[in-house]
Amino acid sequence: MNKSVPFNKFYRLFNIISSLLIVLSIVLLIFKGLNFGVDFKGGTLIELRTTDKNISVSNIRDSLNQLNLGDVSVKNFGSEQDYLIKFEKKDFNNPDFISDLKNKLASSLGNGFEFRRVENVGPKVSSELLKSGIIAIALSLAAMLIYIWIRFEWQFSLGAILALFHDVLITLGIFSLFGLEINLSIVAAVLTIVGYSMNDTVVIFDRVRENLKKYSDIKIFDLTNISINETLSRTIITSVTTLLALFSIFLFGGEILKGFSLAMILGVFFGTYSSIYIANPILVFLQVSQKTILKEEKD
Amino acid sequence: MLYFSKIRIILIATFTTIFVYIFLSNFIKFDDNVFNKKINLGLDLQGGSYLLLEIDNTPVITQKLQNTIPELKKFFKEKKINLRNFKIVDDETLIFETTPDKVNEVKDSLLKKEENIINEYYPKYRAHKFDFSVDQNLFKLNFSKYGLVEIKDSSQSQALETIRRRVDEIGTNEPNILKRGNDRIVVELPGLDDPSRIKNLLGKTANLTFRFVIKGSEETFGSEKLEFEDGSEEAIVSKRIILSGDNLLDAQPSMDSETSETVVTFNLDRVGAKRFGKATSTGIGKRLAIVLDGKIISAPVIQDAIVSGSGQISGGFTFQSATDLALLLRSGALPAPLNIIEERTVGPDLGQDSINAGIMALAIGFLLVILFMFFKYRIFGLIANITLILNLFLLVGILTLFEATLTLPGIAGIILTVGMAVDANVLIFERIKEEKKGEKNQLIAFDSGYEKSKTAVIDANITTLIAAMILFFMGSGPIKGFSVTLGVGIFTTLFSVYFIARLLTSLYVTKNKHKEKLI
Repeated sequence: MNKSVPFNKFYRLFNIISSLLIVLSIVLLIFKGLNFGVDFKGGTLIELRTTDKNISVSNIRDSLNQLNLGDVSVKNFGSEQDYLIKFEKKDFNNPDFISDLKNKLASSLGNGFEFRRVENVGPKVSSELLKSGIIAIALSLAAMLIYIWIRFEWQFSLGAILALFHDVLITLGIFSLFGLEINLSIVAAVLTIVGYSMNDTVVIFDRVRENLKKYSDIKIFDLTNISINETLSRTIITSVTTLLALFSIFLFGGEILKGFSLAMILGVFFGTYSSIYIANPILVFLQVSQKTILKEEKD
Repeated sequence: MLYFSKIRIILIATFTTIFVYIFLSNFIKFDDNVFNKKINLGLDLQGGSYLLLEIDNTPVITQKLQNTIPELKKFFKEKKINLRNFKIVDDETLIFETTPDKVNEVKDSLLKKEENIINEYYPKYRAHKFDFSVDQNLFKLNFSKYGLVEIKDSSQSQALETIRRRVDEIGTNEPNILKRGNDRIVVELPGLDDPSRIKNLLGKTANLTFRFVIKGSEETFGSEKLEFEDGSEEAIVSKRIILSGDNLLDAQPSMDSETSETVVTFNLDRVGAKRFGKATSTGIGKRLAIVLDGKIISAPVIQDAIVSGSGQISGGFTFQSATDLALLLRSGALPAPLNIIEERTVGPDLGQDSINAGIMALAIGFLLVILFMFFKYRIFGLIANITLILNLFLLVGILTLFEATLTLPGIAGIILTVGMAVDANVLIFERIKEEKKGEKNQLIAFDSGYEKSKTAVIDANITTLIAAMILFFMGSGPIKGFSVTLGVGIFTTLFSVYFIARLLTSLYVTKNKHKEKLI
């Protein structure tokens, strides 16, 4: 036998830490909320590139503030010369709105800029997008629950789904804490996290089930530890290759994919962690034993 | 698990070669014309404009209710029933009264299922066009859910046609115009970086009418007060329509040779020409208002009878506005006003930057994964890496075959697939390592390693597939592109791992079965 890591010694400690993190995330989500982008809040987003060195965040903001656009946010986007402008627009039905805005900006900033990207989302569309995003996440959790239930037993299903909630909640909690923007691509990331975290959990569960059949005399507390150790090198290698891919998206994939890849990186990290420290302790807590599996096979 | 028949080897090799060829066809121009499909680039990569339009059906509904009034009157008059006090409330409810003794008769006529000409029955929905309620002798009529569906469907189809004509007239390349739901239309315009002109054109209903101006300053029953387009003055215009946009055969911008003013000339169909001739011959000296979407463009005084069936509209146009007006008139009126409820425009250079960044990230991610796998597994790392490269070819090949749309999140999906695809091979290799501990015969260890890791590999991939499928059905635009690459990636991964990698492993292992340490 290789040297094995006593993961199960730390179940209690990490369960306490995870519980705290979950409570903290829920508190953050309730009291601080999420920073929704135009996809979900509605409004206008403009990515602006300058060729004129004299244009800065402050003078873009000043010229926009004169235009009565409501709450305007201007910040650098990636490089020095790129800016992201966001505001909640009022008259949505004027087809010349963007060209008028461009002309007004040009009169105060000069012509040394261009609009690289414009997104306008009406209030109706944004609330629909938000709704379908929430439904998609809920649906994916439900689908995973059912899938694991079919493939394993309900105790496994519960463990896996709690691990998923943990990953999704903490990832969103971190987004809330740092005020990172939630847009459509973050929803895609969350769904992929759900898939990935599940993937990780399933591999360990698969081994737990196999070992349950093999050893009738080992308690689940130790059995989970054996299973985690047996699949450990796979867990590490897969996390590493996935993270290598994600970090290269994060670093080289451009500004637009930053939020997406960051969410995924967090998700892979927590997904791997929760497969070990949430999903398995649940099996211990529910006193899964050889009987749990054999009962199923008799049916 | 390690045995491959010759036929299988040939099948795997052929299949793989075909997709490598398809993959390459994206980058190299082959002369043979066997395969000339290319992967589509999404608007976020090639630049362009996405517009989501919503049809405001309120005026259509009101108009249809308005048209119902004479129909009802006529129908019940023939039955000697008198209906009165017609009123339309809240743009959606038609109210009328009848004498108390006729209430049941009116009710029965409205509820009839066969050949009901006043309240059509749709057998496929098992519902009438109108729902109604009766309060003593007062009837309240509303379009039923299905009556509204019929109205919305038909105005959506009409709007789609008009939009297509308008967009085609402008001549953007390969526009994509699609219905969404029953009151929305998606317009995708690749390569267009400033959609303001098209937004202007789509924002106009382009309802054109020719009507006489009535002297006086008060609205009467048959007339209404309308503003001029430039807001300079107002005029009282008759509600009687002499000509409408439907009578137009053609409209073109041109220059009036006498005044050197930009005008729009038009040709009328036969009915229109006749009416126009009659109206202009009897109305000499009167002003004829040309009304577009409730605003007067101009109201010239009729000098002569115009019987040729052609004429011109002047109204202080620039060449651009005359061109646009002519275009709107040629393409016909929209059935209802459109609102732009979502717009996303990406400039072509940002698109190119995104492609570059995406390819850069893919190349680096790919390289890192390949190096990592090689250092971790050596010869088997090499096998995993060859598999990974072929997997990438297969993935892009399939996307090309189905002419799928590649978006920036789609590229992220490919990179993620690269990172996650090695998982299946890792699961198998790790399992083989374990199996070797208790098994002297290396071939058996390899065999059972493949066999025993199978459920874990499949379970692990199905969970990701479920997530990808939900994203596909719930997501929109670029996100859909992500779910497609992620989902297709799972199938190519399973194929490449269980056929290509296993074949390579089998070839290597059978040749070197006497080596001490294979993996």
